[in-house]
Amino acid sequence: MTTLELRSVNRLEGDELHLDDIRLSLESGRLYVLLGPTNAGKTSLLRVMAGLDRPSTGRVLIGGQDVTGRSVRRRNVAMVYQQFVNYPSFTVYDNIASPLRLKGLRRAEVDKKVRETAELLHIEPLLQRLPAELSGGQQQRCAIARALVKEAELLLLDEPLVNLDYKLREELRTELRALFERRSAIVVYATTEPMEALVMGGHAVVMGEGRVLQSGPTLEVYHRPSSARVAAVFSDPTMNMVDVNIRGGEARTPAGLVLPLGGELADLRQGRFRLGVRANHLSLRRRGAADIEIKGTVDLAEISGSETFVHFRHNNLDWVVQEAGVHPLARGAEASFYLDPAKLYFFGDTGALERAPSSLPLDSAA
Amino acid sequence: MRKTESNKAWLLVLPVFLLVAFSAIIPLMTVVNYSVQDIFGPGEAYWVGTEWFKEMLRSEDLRGAFVRQVIFSATILVIQIPLGIAIALAMPAKGWAASLSLVLVALPLLIPWNVVGTIWQIFARGDIGLGGWFVNDMMGIGYNYTADSLHAWITVVVMDIWHWTPLVVLLCYAGLRAIPDAFYQAAAIDGAGRWKVFRYIQLPKLRGVLLIAVLLRFMDSFMIYTEPFVLTGGGPGTATTFLSQQLVKIALGQFDLGPAAAYSIIYFLIILAASFVFYNIMVRVGRGDRA
Repeated sequence: MTTLELRSVNRLEGDELHLDDIRLSLESGRLYVLLGPTNAGKTSLLRVMAGLDRPSTGRVLIGGQDVTGRSVRRRNVAMVYQQFVNYPSFTVYDNIASPLRLKGLRRAEVDKKVRETAELLHIEPLLQRLPAELSGGQQQRCAIARALVKEAELLLLDEPLVNLDYKLREELRTELRALFERRSAIVVYATTEPMEALVMGGHAVVMGEGRVLQSGPTLEVYHRPSSARVAAVFSDPTMNMVDVNIRGGEARTPAGLVLPLGGELADLRQGRFRLGVRANHLSLRRRGAADIEIKGTVDLAEISGSETFVHFRHNNLDWVVQEAGVHPLARGAEASFYLDPAKLYFFGDTGALERAPSSLPLDSAA
Repeated sequence: MRKTESNKAWLLVLPVFLLVAFSAIIPLMTVVNYSVQDIFGPGEAYWVGTEWFKEMLRSEDLRGAFVRQVIFSATILVIQIPLGIAIALAMPAKGWAASLSLVLVALPLLIPWNVVGTIWQIFARGDIGLGGWFVNDMMGIGYNYTADSLHAWITVVVMDIWHWTPLVVLLCYAGLRAIPDAFYQAAAIDGAGRWKVFRYIQLPKLRGVLLIAVLLRFMDSFMIYTEPFVLTGGGPGTATTFLSQQLVKIALGQFDLGPAAAYSIIYFLIILAASFVFYNIMVRVGRGDRA
């Protein structure tokens, strides 16, 4: 049982602040998903965790011991990258064996561990191949096997699936999740994709502009984003956001849309809010009696597999509606969509969450 | 589906065939023509079969030039390839220093070959050349490349290193810049030191460009003519007479076109065979190392 603790870590590169006052405490046997857009500081944070970079200020502790200045060579870390990083002149076997051989393990032990790990990642038949003779997915499996075999106390993955095609990504994602569940290491998995974060589960650490915006159990963060920024990062398609003014039990948008607020929303304070609605909480069909109808013009209907993303325009406001099934709507068509008043997020002037839907079934996450 | 036979595809190959025919095959056939006949003038050709080939293969001059050529190419490969890699590793990766060093390194490549010969001819002279003067007067070594064959050899080799190592440097530099940073991080995490990073990441990643560098340097050095011709004229004696100079001596000096043609074909086949061997060795080498 070890912990990794970051105490007020800052990192300056040149005069750019890449990490801004990071305070985190990570425990072994858990999976942490670092979620954030590109340039949010995910890679910088991973590099500081690994010991590849030193924090400009602040301390890093592993198991209560200060390791801030300790070189990466003397830490017990494994890392997987976006690029498929393997030793080009080694076979898959020797690649997986290399960290063990550096540790000076006996031959029989190395062989046993290499084969076990290769089996976990389904690359046993490829052990005698060279990385250049493998497909992208197989190369990344090899790189992951190399990281796993080391049994490091800290396993860092920096968008490991981003260079793979969609099918492979889904397949490997599910496998990885199962693999991590059996690990006693601290696993940190960086991704830009909210859906990936949801599939991986564990704890989410949402980042933006070098800061930790929110951290907590992934589903909880998803359902109760602490701010409009977290909600925007942790939603795909991005959460619909509308400025509203609440007065007398009604929310009014500047464009004149009026939403009556009944039930549990009746006690919201008066004043200005940012209203957020997830795309999957909007629908093309009326689903309940309380649903509010909004008429708009179709800008675009993206059909992706079994789902359709309809982009609506209503009085200069853009809305994205996610609806199951295939709905070929013509551009420019007039259509209605429905908003469920029980599934609205209200963020205050500063962007802090004031009200989240109280009754969200957990399986509505996707 | 039934496939219809069509020979139209041949028409598409025709332009390439014609181009190669005019650029390579037809000129080569004239050489072949000369190599198997004794030609005195128009209409006065006598079939001699393989006689010229036999004569050339028995020729002491050719053997001597061949041995010198092999020693020369081997020497410059052994020096230029490691030196080129070392310089490329030492060059800065970014910023103005990178641009500056690239320009400085590439400078010798921009100089015409006969000018390179002339530069070194003057530079290495004991009386008026800076290099020759330095070695003679400052280091106290009796150096004279026009009289001493070892000195002539060293001068030719140093000149070639100066002229062509930059090519190896540029190729390696490009190869090194193409290695993603993640590889170095991964090596650091694995605890690999500087030597291991070079041996197991940089060198294998440079394999492709090194293959090209070795092939180019081998072929070019094996065909070297201009620079030693200007610098030493093949001397003293025949000390720095390489294959191409020997060939020119036979063809244009003695005007023995038959033997010269046979010589050319032998020369061509040697380069072809050696390049083939080099390529196959290089493609196989460094695959499946052990940690």
